[in-house]
Order: sequence, then structure tokens, then C-alpha cells
Amino acid sequence: MSQPVLEIENLQTHFFTDRGQIPAVDGVTITVNKGEVLGIVGESGCGKSVTSLSVMKLVPNPPGKIVGGSIKFKGEDLVLASEKRMREIRGNEIAMIFQEPMTSLNPVYTIGDQIGEAIRLHMKVGKKEALGRAVEMLKKVGIPRAEGIVREYPHQLSGGMRQRVMIAMAMACNPELLIADEPTTALDVTIQAQILDLMRHVNKESGTAILLITHDLGVVAEMCHRVVVMYAGNVVEEGDVRTILKEPKHPYTIGLLNSLPKLEVSQERLYSIPGNVPIPGSIQMGCRFSPRCEQADDKCRTQMPELKTVGANHRARCWMT
Amino acid sequence: MAETHVQTVPVKQINEPISSPWRDAWRILRKNKMAILGFCIILFFVLLAILAPFITPYEYDKGELVDKNLPPSAEHWFGTDYNGRDVFTRVIYGAQISLRVGLFAVIGSIVAGTFLGLLAGYYGKWIDTLISRLFDIMLAFPSILLAIAIVAILGPSLENALLAIAIVNVPTYGRLVRSRVLSLKEEEYVMAARAIGSKHSHIIVQHILPNSLAPIIVTGTLGIATAIIEAAALGFLGLGAQAPQPEWGLMLSDSRQYIQKAPWTVIFPGLSIMLTVLGFNLIGDGLRDALDPRMKN
Repeated sequence: MSQPVLEIENLQTHFFTDRGQIPAVDGVTITVNKGEVLGIVGESGCGKSVTSLSVMKLVPNPPGKIVGGSIKFKGEDLVLASEKRMREIRGNEIAMIFQEPMTSLNPVYTIGDQIGEAIRLHMKVGKKEALGRAVEMLKKVGIPRAEGIVREYPHQLSGGMRQRVMIAMAMACNPELLIADEPTTALDVTIQAQILDLMRHVNKESGTAILLITHDLGVVAEMCHRVVVMYAGNVVEEGDVRTILKEPKHPYTIGLLNSLPKLEVSQERLYSIPGNVPIPGSIQMGCRFSPRCEQADDKCRTQMPELKTVGANHRARCWMT
Repeated sequence: MAETHVQTVPVKQINEPISSPWRDAWRILRKNKMAILGFCIILFFVLLAILAPFITPYEYDKGELVDKNLPPSAEHWFGTDYNGRDVFTRVIYGAQISLRVGLFAVIGSIVAGTFLGLLAGYYGKWIDTLISRLFDIMLAFPSILLAIAIVAILGPSLENALLAIAIVNVPTYGRLVRSRVLSLKEEEYVMAARAIGSKHSHIIVQHILPNSLAPIIVTGTLGIATAIIEAAALGFLGLGAQAPQPEWGLMLSDSRQYIQKAPWTVIFPGLSIMLTVLGFNLIGDGLRDALDPRMKN
């Protein structure tokens, strides 16, 4: 269980814009173990997606660029890997599914063509075999009458079906790591549950590690073994899912959990963390959460805390712990 | 009763032809009466052009001078011109020239424009700057003036006029494709294609080009009409087809001295230009409606 598939160390992905250099990801260290589902949570704009795109080396360049750190996939540093090597890895060893199933499929090709494309890129098979494998994959992800679906176009499928197709496409070459960037955000609740079930099934069945990016703590609780909480381009807390949900240490995590509606208590208004996620790089000094933190003192405002161990498999970046 | 009805539905669906984007477009186009009219006009001219030698007993470049400037009659449907040549014969042979010039000029512009537009849009940076500025410079000249300049350099002939028209229209398609590519490359399926390990060249050819085809086809169809007019204009100015070729613009220019004595020598070539241009414009408009994604139900 503890053998790492992916080790991101001190990753720094910056965007070079007219307004200057923006550190979207600023020193992130994350490890994904074999067969594990790791959740990355945080508000919009805290660097979750940029981290995942950095792993695939798909950060739009310009303006984005990985300026520091390493991303080791099974010991190989992807930051140093050539574009050719990355093409071999993408889709084959690391696959990715996106937030918008409605736009992630090309409208001019049939489903079979698109899954087949992924298969033929990485396996030496003919068109016919690829189509057969596509049908097989579609059946695996629970699509009824897969033989008919492969000949249909994306606009003929519903959002949930398309996300299943995306998962089928991602899983077609048996990747060791699946990066899912908010895979259920665009779907309605019942379909969300089905897609999450499917992903859990995929994880158990093929042992594919999943890096699940989400802002939904409910999804985290249901899916993940471990959680990383990100804020303003940093990891602020990480640990086992139970520990994080039961005994959160960082005020930001606590704030996130308090923002969830609770069944047993009737509330007039939901709690929300005051303020907004800062523009990356706008806070030069101290803890990045300090302007929004209710417990912040002078030390928080002047010195950046380190990520330190606060329990078994539990680390937090806060002076108060 | 209701239950049995429900059960038959899925069976029916499976037997239906699979709908593809092109088939959908065709279905919409078929219902457009004006587009069908346009198709009929063009088909009519295409048939005339192909079957010209079988339709008319005369030759387009030979006439009896005694028969000059005869009004329309049973022997000469559209009358004869100042050389005694049958105007109807010249008009239908002229259709060959005009349709060919229109089609090939547009194909040339599309091929070059699409290639440059894809490069500029996809790779951006200095390639984009170079190509876009080139287009800007070309578009700074009135197109007919630029065409005249090119023909003046190459020498007046039908082939050079075709080439000139093709070159002049490259920026139109180049810009169109470039703008399309700029928006398409931000699409999630392009990112998804990269995420499964596709090469850039593969993404351009397989994902971006097919999604840019619809506007290219629409503009291209309308462009054939423009190219025909430009060819006629160059012919009229003596820079395109050379006598005795039966090019419509050249016929207008040749016969304009006789416009009062023998108006049919001018009316029929003029009418032909108008009708073919109208035909292509109707098809182009119909295609635009059919291929517009917002028109999809």
C-alpha cells in the first residue's frame, strides 16, 4: 500500500502574465500511493487543477510554466521528461478525465472512434480490434447496448453517459494513475453517485490509483483514502480521510467542514469562511490564510508556518497546532 | 395499449439511420426551398457546360459574318454577335470556363488559406504574427486591384487570372480558419486528446480541421460566386480570358459597342453571370443555416 506511484515534491508552477509572475502552485508536495484514492480539496483558484495539469505537463505554455520541484512517476522525473516521452505516458500510464463531459468529446467523431483513438495511440492494434476493445470498455463502465453506442455521436448521449465514456477512454490502456479533475461537478446528484461508484469500482478492480480533485467534501468522504487540503497554491493539511474529517487541525479545513450543511442541527444560515481566495502571490508575508483566519495573530501575519506533523499520518501548516 | 406502444419505441430507434453531423445538415438543407433552387440553377449550368457540344450545332469561335448581330430566332436562340457567332453556344461554353475558374480558384484559396490559418492559429507566436501581417497587407489592397497587379506581372490569360483570384482570396480563408482554430484549441476535447497522448499534428488534422470545415464550406460556396464575378471583371478588362474564348466577362466587353443595336449579345452573358452567382449565393446561405450549430434542435 505504501509504495508511491506519484511523488510531487516542492512543485512550483507559475504563470507569466502582464501583471507579473503569478505562483499558482507554490511549493506543493503530494504523494500518491499505489492503488490509493487521494483527494485534493480546496476552493476554486487554490491550485488544484494546475497541480494536476502539471503532472500531465499540460499546463498551457505560455503563460504557464513549471519553474521548480520534481514530479516523480514511478521514479521517473516528469518535469525533465521530453514531450515525446510525455506522449507515451499520457493516456497510457497516466490518464485524465475532465470536469465537463459535455465538451470533452469531439462532436464530429463517434464514441467508438474516440475510444479507439486512445487505444490505437498506445497499443499496436488495428481499427477493428480497437473498436472491439472500445465496446468491451464501454461494457465495463456499465453502458447498456455498447455495440450501438460506439456508432453514436456525443450529442446523442446524456452527461452521465458521456462521463462514463470518458472513464472508459481513460481506462482503455490500464493506466496506473487516473487523474480526475472534478469529474462529477457538472452532473446531477444521482448521476454523481453512479459515477463515483464506477470510479471506486475501477480503483478496486484494476488497482489504478486515483488522484481526485474536488471541492466537494461529501465526495471526499465517500471516495478517498487520504486527503490533501490546498489553499492559495500550498498544501495546508493532509492526512487520512477519517482524521481530516473528524479532527481537522488547520482553521481552513475546519472552516470548510463548518460550511457543510448538517442533518442534525437546523441552521438559519450556512457558515461561510469570510473573504475570498487571494490572488496567488498577493500575500507576501506570513500564513496565506491569515487575512481570513479568525485566530490569526501577529506571528501568523508575519511568518509562514511549515507543514508539520500533528498526528499519525497527519500534517498541518498552522502555528496554532 | 399504451404499454405495447412504449415497448416498440426502442426497436424503432435502432433501425433508424445513425445521425451524423453531416447527415443532420443535409436534412436541414433539404427543407430549405431557396437552397434547393440554388442547387437547381447550378446543376442546370453544370449540365449545360458538360453537354455543350451535344446541345448546340455551332462552334463557339466560328461565325458567318453575313449573319452578324441577328436577333434571337429559332436557329439562334440568343441571336448572334458582331462576328456572327451564336450567342447561345458561346454562353454555354462560357459556363464551362466560369464554373471551372470559380471552383478551382476557391479550392486553391481554401487549401492555401486553411494551411496558413491552421499554422497561425495553432502555433501562434511569431508564426502567427508573420502570417497575420501578410494577410493584413494583402487585405489592405482592394482585391480586384491586387488581382490586376498579379495578372499584370504574370501576363494576361485565363490561367493567370484564376491564379490571381486564388491568391487574392487566400487571406479571407486564412483569417476564417485562424479565428476558428483559436477558439477550437481551447476546447476541452483538444485538451482531452492531448491527455491521451496525441501529437500536435494529429490534433490539428483529426480534431481541429474537421471542426473548422463547416464555416470553410459556407464561405467557399459564397466565394465561388465572388470568384466568378472577379474572373468576369478581369475578362472584361482584357486581363483574363483572351478572344476568342467565350468567357462571359470578355463577351460583355467585346459586345458593349453593340449594346443598342444588338442588346442580346450583352444581356445573355450578363444574365448568366447573375444566375450562377445567385445560385451559389443561395446554396451558400442555405449551407450556413444548415451547418450553424445554433440551428440544431
